[in-house]
Amino acid sequence: MSTISRDEVAHLAKLARLAVTEDELDLFAGQLDVILDAVAKVSEVATDDVPPTSHAVPLTNVFREDEVRPGLTQEQALSGAPAAEEGRFRVPRILGEEQ
Amino acid sequence: MTAATLLPYDEVLARFDPVLGLEVHVELNTKTKMFCGCVNEFGGEPNTHVCPTCLGLPGSLPVVNGKGVESAIRIGLALNCQIAEWCRFARKNYFYPDMPKNFQTSQYDEPIAFDGYLDVMLDDGEVFRVGIERAHMEEDTGKSLHVGGATGRIHGAEHSLLDYNRAGVPLIEIVTKPIEGAGERAPEVARAYVTALRELMLALGVSDVRMDQGSMRCDANVSLRPKGQQEFGTRTETKNVNSLRSVERAVRYEMQRQAAVLADGGTIVQETRHFQEADGSTSPGRPKETSEDYRYFPEPDLVPIAPSREWVEELRKTLPEPPWKRRKRIQEEWQLTDEELRDLFNTGAVDLVAATVDAGAPVAEARSWWVQFLTQQANAREVELAELAITPKQVARVIELIAEGKLTNKLARQVVEAVLDGEGGPDEVIEARGLQVVSDDSALLAAVDEALAAQPDVVEKIRGGKVQAAGAIVGAVMKATRGQADAKRVRELVLERCK
Amino acid sequence: MTDVIRMTAAEVAAKIHAGELSAVEVTQAHLDRIAKVDDQIKAFLHVDAEGALETARKVDADIAAGKAPASPLAGVPLALKDVLTTEGVPTTCGSKTLEGWIPPYDSTVRRRLREADVVVLGKTNMDEFAMGSSTENSAFGPTHNPWDTTRVPGGSGGGSSASLAAFEAPLAIGTDTGGSIRQPAAVTGTVGVKPTYGSVSRYGLVAFSSSLDQAGPCARTVLDAALLHEIIAGHDPLDSTSINQPVPPVVEAAKQGMSGDLSGVRVGVVTEFQGEGYQPGVLRSFEAAVQQLRDLGAEIVEVSCPNFRYALPAYYLINPSECSSNLARFDAMRYGLRVGDDGTRSAEEVMSLSREAGFGAEVKRRIMIGTYALSAGYYDAYYGSAQKVRTLIIRDFEAAYQQVDVLVSPTTPTTAFKIGERIDDPMAMYVADLCTIPANLAGNAALSVPSGLSDDDGLPVGLQVMAPALADDRMYRVAAAYEQARDAAAGRTVLDQIPEL
Ligand SMILES: [Mg+2]
Ligand SMILES: [Zn+2]
Repeated sequence: MSTISRDEVAHLAKLARLAVTEDELDLFAGQLDVILDAVAKVSEVATDDVPPTSHAVPLTNVFREDEVRPGLTQEQALSGAPAAEEGRFRVPRILGEEQ
Repeated sequence: MTAATLLPYDEVLARFDPVLGLEVHVELNTKTKMFCGCVNEFGGEPNTHVCPTCLGLPGSLPVVNGKGVESAIRIGLALNCQIAEWCRFARKNYFYPDMPKNFQTSQYDEPIAFDGYLDVMLDDGEVFRVGIERAHMEEDTGKSLHVGGATGRIHGAEHSLLDYNRAGVPLIEIVTKPIEGAGERAPEVARAYVTALRELMLALGVSDVRMDQGSMRCDANVSLRPKGQQEFGTRTETKNVNSLRSVERAVRYEMQRQAAVLADGGTIVQETRHFQEADGSTSPGRPKETSEDYRYFPEPDLVPIAPSREWVEELRKTLPEPPWKRRKRIQEEWQLTDEELRDLFNTGAVDLVAATVDAGAPVAEARSWWVQFLTQQANAREVELAELAITPKQVARVIELIAEGKLTNKLARQVVEAVLDGEGGPDEVIEARGLQVVSDDSALLAAVDEALAAQPDVVEKIRGGKVQAAGAIVGAVMKATRGQADAKRVRELVLERCK
Repeated sequence: MTDVIRMTAAEVAAKIHAGELSAVEVTQAHLDRIAKVDDQIKAFLHVDAEGALETARKVDADIAAGKAPASPLAGVPLALKDVLTTEGVPTTCGSKTLEGWIPPYDSTVRRRLREADVVVLGKTNMDEFAMGSSTENSAFGPTHNPWDTTRVPGGSGGGSSASLAAFEAPLAIGTDTGGSIRQPAAVTGTVGVKPTYGSVSRYGLVAFSSSLDQAGPCARTVLDAALLHEIIAGHDPLDSTSINQPVPPVVEAAKQGMSGDLSGVRVGVVTEFQGEGYQPGVLRSFEAAVQQLRDLGAEIVEVSCPNFRYALPAYYLINPSECSSNLARFDAMRYGLRVGDDGTRSAEEVMSLSREAGFGAEVKRRIMIGTYALSAGYYDAYYGSAQKVRTLIIRDFEAAYQQVDVLVSPTTPTTAFKIGERIDDPMAMYVADLCTIPANLAGNAALSVPSGLSDDDGLPVGLQVMAPALADDRMYRVAAAYEQARDAAAGRTVLDQIPEL
């Protein structure tokens, strides 16, 4: 079903924000191919008449009351931050557009 | 950046048909965020309205705010949509620093509301039907502050600072079907639609819809196709057009810009554009290196929503009258000209007038008080009309006192000002200040005689047939009685004495 | 007196609550054991001696003051898998990206343990973000199987299972996405339970594959697991997938099983989980266990679940897909490892470099598979089809449970393999979870109880007992009955046979 090229691996890595190395491109291209070949087996039985299951337990309508719950302090919120400034998370310059 | 060439508007319309698509994001005014119990409040010290869930901390989980779902269903119903019998949240996967989980919890192919319409009234009273594709629930992102560089904007910034107070605030995204056939009125339709949507949200009470604070945001898709062509042209998406006027300007600009490109034999690039408030233009965003692939899949951390039909019908009962219908009804019932109707809505007085009428006042008086004197007072006091310290009932009482001849218009204004200053209700103010129309004829006659005696030349003129000269005597009497006399009665007495 | 560290949790609790042992001396004995053997085992990533002793002192003070213990396990030490957040105590998920991260909040499991006065000794090693079947994928080095330190203790919860087998703790918490509690239990001769999905809150469980993840109890006996099960299970409004129903009476069921009678209980043997690819010693151990169940009065029925052979491929689509999304949050912006932030690079570049540096090979591999499987053109063929297989597996279970009360199979096709043996062959590694995965896909309950040692290599074998959702008590009854019969027949427990470290 699949033959994953190095280019495709590179594209996936970009989508997934992984700065993979050249060696990894080769390694993953080979391994993904093997794995995806094996898992493609699912299409044998996944026919149109079978409905998909997304949740193991069939619950619906689990709602919370619109009531305020105490959250974190600013100090707690920023406690794990690699960098912070003026009560905010400091991050490198953002190039992309908002969605 | 060089300014784009624009084709004159008439020429645009001679050659092309515009097709619009409007995506409006409305922030709900629930007490808490969509998926966690953090307070949903504009502003605040950075990163103080946050918890593990809306910060996307490892291990945290979302739980749906039932009130948010209720608002979504009410909005869907008000937009004449079908309400899904069963729907799910989905994850929209993309990386962006203002989004703590790097996926947005949204809805994909199973929106809670779909296939509806909104009738909007244009300036000349014509009603235009805008089809609604869907209204779905999702969450807002955090806010970034771009530091360094000259502009403080994203380009050229050295680094950015992130505040997640807004992350997870409930949003309803309302997407129209392609709006076709608006022709030259396309920009006006766009504005009228967003205006109507805004009024609807206010009437539903589900959002503050402050475009200036971003609690209502509009993205406008515009494409042109040569007249007579069926298939749509390539569209552009102008992001975050954040005032009603801007919506109209942005659509108009894009029509003229695209027409110029097409007329020149060029092609439209499908892209995101930004609206420049200053000159009403749009400019292209940064081109995307990879095509968007959001890898949507059903959100496994949330269970499906299956609103019972009973619940939906119960919510339907809470819907307000559609804004355009209400306008129409009010215009007919109150017999208003288009201009009067516009003033009524522009001053935000309509509900107050209606309540004053309900309290027994005639429409004309109620309208005149709110649209004129009270609007001036609100402006002077720098508050919204609805925030003035007077109730429609009190205004109706003042109108009643005038009708009974117990207050003159001038006195009535004093009374109303005193009420606004917190001196109590109209009757209390009258009592406390001893404001009362002097209606006792004998007391008035004394004042009239005194004034006549002081101005014999005027008496001569009146007797000579110049009835309008009586004004001078009436004025003198009013002055002498400190305005507490009924001017009409004074005039009658003056004329009687001069027979 | 038996050595404190070799007692069961129930025994230790009884002695502490009776005032015969102090919680502090019990805790200290385990801390000493950890200090003595963990260099060889490497079960713990972090030992919270002070926190543990503090809880122990509180328990002792309560008992001295005549107060009733907070729970049947108050004062008993426990090893907590490092995938559950602990306020004030590092939580790394076995990943470099979270090295040194101290969560500002507690998972619900940790909160419940606290409220029960269970003594949390520390955090145990695991495959990075729970991805693996050997604990070799931990960024902090592998854990060693106490039966043979050249072998793996299973995974991803190898730290938890090894800590039990090495007598470093009588109780542990694991998490099971595709078998990460049961498979380590099987290869270390311990008991591991994956409760019904939704019965133990996932709040604070760092998500790997949300629709499959479930925390559960690990212990050396079925009764101990049941006691712990009742402490950690129960509805939690902070987890939308948490079931709002009473926890099945698992302790009572275990005690009932210990009475030694299974007459009237129908046990189904899954035909698909035998034969080729299974180690002969494992199959012989399994057959002996089935015979023992028959001897206890159970009715044995062969049951076919034809779609179970699609469980593994479906799992390796669903799980990477969900994981690719769940792990997107590790982007170096708000917490975790950040590299390459030199003032010139953009946020996007720093994200990519940090994720590249912070994640190990298996994590990257699964993120890539998941990213691929969810992509626009492939969704239907991969993720969508896998969700359909999930339906078929649920149907197979439903049909099976029409005929039988519980299903049994070997927990894993082989005994513990050598460290390094499968590390370069992902598919070989994935096969370790062949038998455990169906219960995750269906959300059912399942456990592993030791069925003695394989006669071909002398290493522990696990018997898997599966039950319908919310019928966890059934499998506890069967497993407890079997455990008792097994020990009676052998004249000793399975762990009595473990070599000294
Ligand atoms: Mg959206
Ligand atoms: Zn929050």
